[in-house]
Amino acid sequence: MPRRKIQYDQVVPSKNEWPIVKLAKHRAEFVQHVADDSMAELSAKGKSIREVLETTLYKEKLRIKANPWKVDPKDDTPFWNRVRDELGDIQNLSTEDAKEKEKDILSRIVYRYSDEIAGNFNKSYFRFARAFVTFGFARLLNATRGKGFLALFRRQLDLQDKLHIKGQPEHIRKLAKKGTVIMVPTHFSNLDSILIGWVIQYLGLPPFIYGAGLNLFNIRILAYFMNSLGAYKVDRRKKNPIYLEVLKNYSTIALQEGTHSLFFPGGTRSRSGKIEKRLKVGLLGTAIKAQRALYQKDKEAVSKIFIVPVVINYHFTLEAPALIREHLKATGQERYYQEADEFTTSYKMASFMFKFFAMDSEISVSIGRGMDVLGNYVDDNGDSIDSNGNAVDTRDYFKSGDSITMDSQREHEYVRILSKRIVEEFHINNRVFASHLVTYTAFKMLERRNPELDIYSILRLPDEFLEIDYEEFKAAYKKLRNRLNELHKEGKVDLAEHMKDKAKDSIAHGIKNAGMYHAKRPLIYKKKKNKILIQDTNTLYYYHNRMEGYGLEKYI
Amino acid sequence: MGSKNTSNPVGVVGAGSFGTAIANLLAENCNRVILYVRDSKKAKSILESRVSAYQQLSEKVEITNKLQDIGEKCNVIFPVVPSANFREMMKQLGPFLKPYHILIHGTKGFDIQSSVSEKFTPSNVKTMSEVIKEESTVVRVGCLAGPNLAKEIAEKLPAATVIASQFEEVVSVGSELLKNDRFLIYGSSDLLGTELCGILKNSVAVGAGMLSGLKLGENARALFISRGLVEMINLGKELGGNVGAFLGLAGVGDLIATCGSSLSRNFTVGNKLAQGWPMKKIIDSMEEVAEGIKTIDIVHHLSKFYGIRSVINEMLYKIINDQLSVKDAQVLLMKMPFRQEVEFLD
Repeated sequence: MPRRKIQYDQVVPSKNEWPIVKLAKHRAEFVQHVADDSMAELSAKGKSIREVLETTLYKEKLRIKANPWKVDPKDDTPFWNRVRDELGDIQNLSTEDAKEKEKDILSRIVYRYSDEIAGNFNKSYFRFARAFVTFGFARLLNATRGKGFLALFRRQLDLQDKLHIKGQPEHIRKLAKKGTVIMVPTHFSNLDSILIGWVIQYLGLPPFIYGAGLNLFNIRILAYFMNSLGAYKVDRRKKNPIYLEVLKNYSTIALQEGTHSLFFPGGTRSRSGKIEKRLKVGLLGTAIKAQRALYQKDKEAVSKIFIVPVVINYHFTLEAPALIREHLKATGQERYYQEADEFTTSYKMASFMFKFFAMDSEISVSIGRGMDVLGNYVDDNGDSIDSNGNAVDTRDYFKSGDSITMDSQREHEYVRILSKRIVEEFHINNRVFASHLVTYTAFKMLERRNPELDIYSILRLPDEFLEIDYEEFKAAYKKLRNRLNELHKEGKVDLAEHMKDKAKDSIAHGIKNAGMYHAKRPLIYKKKKNKILIQDTNTLYYYHNRMEGYGLEKYI
Repeated sequence: MGSKNTSNPVGVVGAGSFGTAIANLLAENCNRVILYVRDSKKAKSILESRVSAYQQLSEKVEITNKLQDIGEKCNVIFPVVPSANFREMMKQLGPFLKPYHILIHGTKGFDIQSSVSEKFTPSNVKTMSEVIKEESTVVRVGCLAGPNLAKEIAEKLPAATVIASQFEEVVSVGSELLKNDRFLIYGSSDLLGTELCGILKNSVAVGAGMLSGLKLGENARALFISRGLVEMINLGKELGGNVGAFLGLAGVGDLIATCGSSLSRNFTVGNKLAQGWPMKKIIDSMEEVAEGIKTIDIVHHLSKFYGIRSVINEMLYKIINDQLSVKDAQVLLMKMPFRQEVEFLD
């Protein structure tokens, strides 16, 4: 049954009005602005500049030696050698001159980073890249759906057919007109950024900027698209104080300029399969800082920053086996593990994408309700409403007495409040698929049966312990589903349509789809024995983790 | 920062003995203090006599009967009302509060929704700071805790208190407003732990009063207090507090003061129980609420829920519910199960 296709028009029709276009036009000034602010912040921190320089130099030398990349600028080594020499010479200068010289070196480093991070957004490239992506996706989709080569030229299916947008798409469109939107999606797979990119353009939103790992710019073709789609570069190798400060300022100032942004608040893909619990405070902090700065600047500030949580749901994560291995290794028990970066070459990436489009499996993206930077819900006008339904002025959070003040410790607490709220919203907007619940049920049953075993022993259970009687399974599944229905009624979780089917059908749907493209599916149903067989405990554990955090374990 | 806030009047909600003492302390540092009195007749009489809870009011203390006055005129507010009335008060005050308000409460008790016994869940038990956040948009919340017997503060005897808040700003503003040369302020960032100290101590204080009434001597009292502290810590940790708070002024400090002084209402309750007074008569005889009885009840349910052994609280729970006589309790006390003495530091 074909669904009616909704076409969203552009929220801001004139491309020249897009914040990102304005930003790109004034790139040089913007970079300078970021550099200036970072200089000011670094100088105000009270730490000795000399110390900051020494630390940074040491870390940079180490990085160049231990972990060089293709994208690194050619003058990396000479640049840092010069910094080293100049720092050495400072000892011969008078205190006054030394201070001047330190500032001079610092400002050059800050500018270098600022320029490196800044994206190269280009309006016309963007148009081409976007057209290519949407068009290309549609072609790929047809081809991979087994309709043969000719299907490449038929425009029947597009992402909209397999990607269901739930929640409040109209709301985010309205917010994008009222202020600056920060989209914060859950992050399970490398595909998420592609999906979100598609959602943004599909909803007619102006482009969002987002921090993309510099390693992705190693791949030429990807670099081209990312540059044109609004990415700025984040180098995870550079963990020095200067770089981190510049990076934060980049985001803060872009937000102040009204550029919509995309934050993956967990920082990286969830390794365990759990919905992120601890969010990276660095990026979220820039939202709060930017909002305060806007209020400080403008007496009647209209520019408000909105946080929109987004939950991406699918039946399976392509990288699940590698991710969970990594997780188990980090928690200390898995011995055999080799790091595998799925995206090292263009070929690997292409085959990854091909698999994704080939899969005949449902994906949903739930757009949550917008919040202000303190986690209060906002209405369509962008006005904040507190938990008791009363209007609240976000500006008041930044006041001491009658004026807006800056208090970094206070803002640090606000980040915690916001981060807690985002995690709550992730759970509320999470749309449970049958595959999530069957894996959860099966794993919890394993745990129940072996109360004396720790998690790692359970993962290594021999085959004969990995069979579950179907009727027993069904009973447990029903109990958990009842609880989920209750939670759903209380507005604490969302359920996919197919969760409302008869238990038998819903279980069948779940088992069929859970991790369906892995070499070994986590669960299969043996009709003859009327049993459910666990084939892969690791991925079962991974998918089961998604349902943690709802207190379901008490109901099995 | 303090001076900015002292230009506005400072509010105190609740004219009990501690609320009045706080209002007078504030008046030493600020030009205007507004004290809210719920009962309009009482407000009128305080206004005329300038005496509240047997304390002479400073001339800088104004009296109001409208919570709106407090919310609209004051940026810093000290709510000091019994835990049983706290939520109701916050519901009325909430609409007048904004996110820039600073609230530092001095109430040592739990808030409990619905009656405790019917279907108890820990999510129904809240500390006062949580109630403040639920009933208003205020985020800058703090608490006062420590050995602060109101009567001694009123007599201008030396003392110290802890102001705990996740916001440094709250601690520093509160400290600026309250400190003087005989009242010392310590700061803490463990708001929950500090609140729990003040609350969980209540039941130990009731027990200590009882022991004192039975004239069992100082050794027994010391035994009781030390074991009581261990129980406080075990439950406090489970509820999310840090051990540190319990070993400081708000924990041990408050315990020592309340477990040895007839100025403590909780201590007095225990003392009268030992003398054979029935519960109802004790409650009727007191001018202000003793939080201890309610705390014993809630701690009983919390311990049961989390599977924590709280022998002392359990004994008190049975006594106040007439399941155990005070005399039997004395025997039971000496049969406290053997275990590692201090295990919470691991």
